Amino acid sequence: MSDNRQPITEKDVLYVAELANLELTDEERARMVKDLNSILDYVDRLNELDTSNVEPMAQTSDRYGIDESKAGTARFAYAMREDKTGPSLPREVVMENAPETDGAFFKVPKVIEK
Amino acid sequence: MDISTLTIASARAAILERRTSAVALAESFYQKIEAADKQIGAFLTLTRERALAKAAQIDAIADKGDPLPPLAGVPIAIKDVMVMRGVRSTAGSKILSNFVAPYDCTAVARLEAAGAVVLGKTNCDEFAMGSSNENSGYYPVHNPRDLSRVPGGSSGGSAAAVAAGMSVAALGSDTGGSIRQPASFCGVVGLMPTYGRVSRYGLIAFASSLDHIGPLTKTVNDAAILLKHIAGRDPLDSTSAEVPVPDYEREIEKPVRGLRLGVPREYFGEGLDPEVRAAVEAAIQKMAQIGCEVVPISLPHTRYAVPTYYVIATAEASSNLARFDGVRYGYRSPQAGTLSEMYRRSRDQGFGAEAKRRIMLGTYVLSAGYYDAYYLKAQRVRALLTRDFEAAFQRVDAIVTPTSPTPAFKLGEKCDDPLAMYLADIYTVTADLAGVPGVSVPCGESKEGLPIGLQILGRHFDEGTVIRLAHVYERARSG
Repeated sequence: MSDNRQPITEKDVLYVAELANLELTDEERARMVKDLNSILDYVDRLNELDTSNVEPMAQTSDRYGIDESKAGTARFAYAMREDKTGPSLPREVVMENAPETDGAFFKVPKVIEK
Repeated sequence: MDISTLTIASARAAILERRTSAVALAESFYQKIEAADKQIGAFLTLTRERALAKAAQIDAIADKGDPLPPLAGVPIAIKDVMVMRGVRSTAGSKILSNFVAPYDCTAVARLEAAGAVVLGKTNCDEFAMGSSNENSGYYPVHNPRDLSRVPGGSSGGSAAAVAAGMSVAALGSDTGGSIRQPASFCGVVGLMPTYGRVSRYGLIAFASSLDHIGPLTKTVNDAAILLKHIAGRDPLDSTSAEVPVPDYEREIEKPVRGLRLGVPREYFGEGLDPEVRAAVEAAIQKMAQIGCEVVPISLPHTRYAVPTYYVIATAEASSNLARFDGVRYGYRSPQAGTLSEMYRRSRDQGFGAEAKRRIMLGTYVLSAGYYDAYYLKAQRVRALLTRDFEAAFQRVDAIVTPTSPTPAFKLGEKCDDPLAMYLADIYTVTADLAGVPGVSVPCGESKEGLPIGLQILGRHFDEGTVIRLAHVYERARSG
């Protein structure tokens, strides 16, 4: 365990599971505490680096394969398309994969809980 | 005809010269799959009807004497993370066990349009998350070279299908090494193109800033052929780049004399198996003999690549996998009284242990209070890792390293230690983070007869140099 990090607790795991829409069994939760701590200990290695002057990089496609002779969003002109409607999947085809449907809509269990 | 040694080039010649028909060829491969795949487990779904219809179409063209398309009748396999209309597409996950895709992945559609015959969908780690194929929601894949060992992952089914001669070639996907590492473990060629080179439309997303589609083949020449057909701008994927696609079959024939090969010292340190080191060093020596100039280099941030990767990849995965909620498609738990119960139980019962672990880690690093410390930090280090490559490619034309620190390990060996499993990707993840292309080409065997792979990395959109070097090396080694 590194000195500068609060270890993940069972309570943290419960909170994150809720954010992620997972339930997890007691056994899974205990295992998750152990695994996340072990992985995050390893990830803490990143703190050895001073990155205060480094811009975060989300994508490589905003740096390579673009039209470098242009400025701003014109560099990505190839990714633009006209704003017009095109064909989309027919509703009945989409509904073939629906767990429950009335033909027009997806049906789900009751939404408003007590 | 011995189909197990067929390449794309020889299969298409056999059909062109009418030594076999496309239908007969497809049937022989299904016989081979039936005989061999019980032990290997490379396929999840066979697409026999569609394959035979496509093959019959090819034979009809040949019967008329009309010109055949470039991949006429060539049998290929597709990793089950790429969707095909009317075909079950699971991504190796139970949560998609009943999902029949309503549209075609662009890369698959392009191969079929060129005449290829898709034999089936190959097994993989769930949502391409893994380095051994043991995270498949269905069954693990066994390495054809030693059935007690893993084929690598996550494209282990594709690599094993090609290695066992159950398919001439295959498509896989690579997010942290998932094409190159299984290629190395199974003794085949695996090519990850530049980020943006190949459309991901129809690829079930794992980590969108890192996912790539690419070929697994028996020869570098075959990888060049497949890349030529799948590469290029696709309006259906806004991240596919508008960069001209060279004729890779010609690219590989260009001379390599005088090319500068960087050997990064960080890839030859602690943890590298001595037999892998010896094989890779011998390969580098061979390339020097061919006329390449070998240049020692440094990629100083290498030790930060795996932690950076596991923050970024899991963050993106947690977001991508949020769509599996039991509402529109995929598994829905029957034990749910309310909507929120249905979300949670469908995901709980549908996802396997590794997918849950990555969703949890990814959700955590994106959550309030940790976003800056983990996610933004990893994105900044990603920039540093990319600068390492930019600096290196000022001095060299390509970089050569081992593909994986060890040959294929035993099934079960790393199952209980996620971190040990993640370290199997230590030489491959950086290329995904930087978006540069890379190939793994066989470069020898361990004493136990396990394949070893040589990795060659190149500049953005310079697959030509990468496969040219791999091709020359492959020829020098066999010749």
